[in-house]
Amino acid sequence: MSKDQAPVQIRTSQPPPRAVVHLSGEIDLRSVPELQASLLGLARGPLERIVLDMSGVTYIDSSGVGTLVVLKREIERARARIVLAGLQPKVRSVFEITRLDRFFTIADSVDEAQAS
Amino acid sequence: MSGPGDLHLELMSDPCELAGARHAIADWAEAHGWASDDIAHLALAVDEALTNVIRHGYSGCAGEKIVLNVCAIDDPRRGPGVEIEVRDFGKQVEPSQIAGRDLDDVRPGGLGVHIIRSVMDSVEYTKAGDCGMRLVMRKYQRRADQPPETERS
Repeated sequence: MSKDQAPVQIRTSQPPPRAVVHLSGEIDLRSVPELQASLLGLARGPLERIVLDMSGVTYIDSSGVGTLVVLKREIERARARIVLAGLQPKVRSVFEITRLDRFFTIADSVDEAQAS
Repeated sequence: MSGPGDLHLELMSDPCELAGARHAIADWAEAHGWASDDIAHLALAVDEALTNVIRHGYSGCAGEKIVLNVCAIDDPRRGPGVEIEVRDFGKQVEPSQIAGRDLDDVRPGGLGVHIIRSVMDSVEYTKAGDCGMRLVMRKYQRRADQPPETERS
């Protein structure tokens, strides 16, 4: 990856209040500020639920999962909920190592998340 | 700790360096026959170690030096493995104070050391002379007859 290439891409396919946001790329200390700004901005609007499609995320580290913890807290403060969907095995293992798989609602797919 | 096939990188304390360092250790491990899951864990450990140096050793200041050394090792008991050294020239802390935290206290931050200790077989922090810290972490290749997650130190 070049230094100029955005490490994470963020695309909203369905707006709030039942938002679906697709993330792709690598989430690390470099991408956290952009991710935090985008997602926390969404959480401050009228929101019932946000589905975070992470099927395109190939890497996440502790700064990435920490950002999602902050996001979940903000969303729950607004009485909404967040569902993570489509985690690749290596990404899911980071949630398991940090035991955050128990803290988040995780669905196999966006469809499953929307049905939950 | 330098020989043919070893990896030596001099990095800046800039988050932009993380992806390149991850890919470098992954390429090295793949060339040395490591399994896919272990390669991912090595890249994760290196990323977390560098992130901690950037955040805590250098308080987020970019442009400071970090040295990453990677070499193959062969332990008589544990077999082939890798030794990864991360050397910085920033703040010093007592090694005993570098510990993972209680995971039941869910909050951002403080997870990096826990991740490193979870995915590596041994992890040792020391003060490096009068300046900076040295982290040496080792991981051994799993044999077919050896279950994972054994003999953590």
